[in-house]
Amino acid sequence: MAIDIVQPTVGLSKIAVSETHGENSPYFAGWKAYDENPYHEIHNPSGVIQMGLAENQVSFDLLEEYLESHQEATSWGKKVSGFRENALFQDYHGLLAFRKAMASFMEQVRGGKAKFNPKRVVLTAGATAANELLTFILANPGDALLVPTPYYPGFDRDLRWRTGVEIVPIHCESSNNFQITPEALESAYDHARSMGMKVQGVLITNPSNPLGATIQRKVLEQILDFVTRKNIHLVSDEIYSGSAFHADEFASIAEILESRNYQDAERCHIVYSLSKDLGLPGFRVGTVYSYNDQVVTTARRMSSFTLISSQTQFLLASMLSNKEFTEKYIKINRERLRKRYEMIVNGLKKAGIECLKGNAGLFCWMNLSPYLKEATRESELEIWKTIMDEVRLNISPGSSCRCSEPGWFRVCFANMSEETLEVALRRLHEFMDKRRNEEMSLLY
Amino acid sequence: MKQKHQNPNTNPTTSSGVTTDMRVIVPLQGLVQGGGSGLVLGSIIPCALFYFFQLYFKSKNPTTPPPSPSSQQPPDITPPPAGGLERVQSIRSIWSPRGTNGQAQVSSRASLVIKQPDSPYYVGLEKALVDPYHGLRNPDGIIQLGLDENKLSLDLVEDWIMTHTKCSTICQELQVNGITNYHPYDGISDLKMAVAGFMSQVTEGRVLFDPSNIILTSGVSPAIEMLVFCLSDIGNAFLVPSPYSPDLDRDIKWRAGVEIIPVPCRSSDNFTLSTTSLNRAYNQAKKRGLKVQGVIISNPSNPVGNSLTRETLYDLLDFATEKNLHVIANEALAGPTNDKNLEFVSLAEIINSQDSEEYDRKRVHIIYGLSKDVSLPGFEVGAVYSFNQTVLNASKKLLRFSSVSSLSQRLLVSMFNDSRFVGDFIKINRERVERMSDLFVGGLKNLGINCMKTSHGTYCWADMSAFIRPYSEKGELELWEKLLNVVKVNATPGSCCHCIEPGWFRFCFTGLTESEIPVVLERIGKVL
Repeated sequence: MAIDIVQPTVGLSKIAVSETHGENSPYFAGWKAYDENPYHEIHNPSGVIQMGLAENQVSFDLLEEYLESHQEATSWGKKVSGFRENALFQDYHGLLAFRKAMASFMEQVRGGKAKFNPKRVVLTAGATAANELLTFILANPGDALLVPTPYYPGFDRDLRWRTGVEIVPIHCESSNNFQITPEALESAYDHARSMGMKVQGVLITNPSNPLGATIQRKVLEQILDFVTRKNIHLVSDEIYSGSAFHADEFASIAEILESRNYQDAERCHIVYSLSKDLGLPGFRVGTVYSYNDQVVTTARRMSSFTLISSQTQFLLASMLSNKEFTEKYIKINRERLRKRYEMIVNGLKKAGIECLKGNAGLFCWMNLSPYLKEATRESELEIWKTIMDEVRLNISPGSSCRCSEPGWFRVCFANMSEETLEVALRRLHEFMDKRRNEEMSLLY
Repeated sequence: MKQKHQNPNTNPTTSSGVTTDMRVIVPLQGLVQGGGSGLVLGSIIPCALFYFFQLYFKSKNPTTPPPSPSSQQPPDITPPPAGGLERVQSIRSIWSPRGTNGQAQVSSRASLVIKQPDSPYYVGLEKALVDPYHGLRNPDGIIQLGLDENKLSLDLVEDWIMTHTKCSTICQELQVNGITNYHPYDGISDLKMAVAGFMSQVTEGRVLFDPSNIILTSGVSPAIEMLVFCLSDIGNAFLVPSPYSPDLDRDIKWRAGVEIIPVPCRSSDNFTLSTTSLNRAYNQAKKRGLKVQGVIISNPSNPVGNSLTRETLYDLLDFATEKNLHVIANEALAGPTNDKNLEFVSLAEIINSQDSEEYDRKRVHIIYGLSKDVSLPGFEVGAVYSFNQTVLNASKKLLRFSSVSSLSQRLLVSMFNDSRFVGDFIKINRERVERMSDLFVGGLKNLGINCMKTSHGTYCWADMSAFIRPYSEKGELELWEKLLNVVKVNATPGSCCHCIEPGWFRFCFTGLTESEIPVVLERIGKVL
């Protein structure tokens, strides 16, 4: 899609005029359609329902309840000591209390199966910034990061745009539920090398976006062995760790490292954020947790470009260190997400649509490949457009996630009320019925 | 030497040690490890040459080697003999492509950052952070005069926040305004309007700022970095009048990989920027094969503190037009002025005024920071004002990497809308800053130290050249070191600001209370 860029008299950088921000892809085009005609149960019942935004609104009431019953959390501490000490300027170390709270929260999310040291927590304004920051630190322009497909469409921008680093996909297939295999890892590595690129690391998302499934422990071990063998880094984006439906089905790379007594841990780095698990994307809270001293130091210094305001840190510090609250929140949040997932998967099943068996996240990975005219990206986009225009649902096509097999779609279910979800399912059901009837009539 | 199994989940080691020799290593490492990446080599080689010439022409006494870092690092380097060429050979033989013990490598950018502890600026900041002065709890601690932070009026902000923010308000905000949801990365429009209004106030109504040309970032550094990313490619260069803030080295070079060509200003002209020196620096850059994309100024200047005159600004725009360059003006320090006779002129005013058709608006970008002006450290909010639509569009997308928390934005909107508070605040803050300035600068004068007469309040640029021996960067750093380690005062030496005249120091005094001033002055007096 060409864009008319009025050329200014003074030159701009390649970054400023490049398309690497990717905002012209279908992933983002769908958002635009939603913005223009958003669903509202009363004011606009026939509008577009947004199912392309992975946002967690199912547990907001718990946050509200906490804030209401803990007034002192929001009064920025006692007058004398609290404010002055906490309004720190340019202190990229961040509030110690907040780093401790983040470390403790991350431990809780992993059911205490891994320990986190607050001194290794580096704060950034969101996971987007954390991923970009790590990429700046781990790779030079022209180097490659291996990323399993399908992956979060934003990676093309976050990992590549300003850093100049390339993404080389690790192809995963539906035949084994899109799990990462050692063969696929080797193949991606060789492919990068054959293109003359130096591979600096592997970046995984666990639980996976868009698959909505956790990576099995065995696979994590294999990935860790692979990166050790190749002497490269491993970044584990665990932004959905608190959204696994059953706590014991999620294994963090931190646990595996601990079980190996931290051998070769210096190549591992974890990204986390409060945007998904706590449903607080607006607060812009992310973190890089690294087992590598150099990376911690560098990330900390570079985090000057992406600081979290101290008010936000202060507000969240007391909330996250309240173990009673966080334990309750994590448990209830998991439960509610699981229920939502079951609701959507059953609803889709009734409509004749199968999904990948998922166990985490704010979305499901839906399989419409049986309904494609041809097994091509074009057919996939055709059906995506039809669903957007006729069914008025914005879902994310697998091609924008670089999925190697056409026909898969990511459908978000946590950013709306149950009623809205029911409306969406009903619409889809009607659409599929209509399609089936049309096909039947064509046969006769 | 293989690292024994150490639980790396323990505290990270902090690198320490001051050695400016290590600066040579970085570009050379890139040469050895570059592995065919043209872009990297293209920017590293000029760097290497630059440092090589620096070593060759400067006569430095050898410094002691730094304490050896953890055994995971490649082996330590011994100090150079005089004459750089031999050193180049010996370095090459030590470095191997992939670290000596199979450690996964970090990027050249990261390596640059890791070496940063060499700079006195950072050494001082880190030490003061670890051992901060407190009148009662730590009277032997380090007094921080190296951080440009205004704590004089925090109490006013504190009071306001206490009385205006209640939990119920926040809850309501959270729900109704979707404060926690994703919002436009470049800032909510309410805050943009408030910022536009405030910027107009600073120019005393002479300029009306259009909110749609404003984008908000999580501080001044991300604003500068983002503009540099938009206006130049890796390996390009910006002209920067020196002395300049040490932070610029980080903001421009670290991730954007852009070079700084200093444009030296001298005390004989009161550190005024001249077209002659701009031209000279531009030609130097050309000779080095660097493409200059623009000029970055700070107005009022950091660290000198003077405001650029209308004439200088016009000269600058003429120069930029002639060479087809961008101009980034960091006006983040505009605000409380000491002397109402020293008028502050914003570049926006010149661009907006009637006879500015000759100047292309699209080449001017102004940065504004709320943290310093309204004394809101910790809020981390910066603003970019630009007329260039392409830059604004690209920046809006780039802001996902450094946007402001919605909580802070909402707080600021309420605060700015309380115009009575803002008016009172500016007035009271200005009075307090002036008072501190009089006390501190006056105190320095009594010690025989003169400061530049400036229009800006929160720091002073002091001439300590009479007290350094020899009259060189070495002498200056020795004085800095005595101040830091002997009398425990952290100040910023002019060499960190790339000042070509030795002996100048920047003292930021708005982090002090009045009662602390005599303590500081007494300590400074001891090393003279």
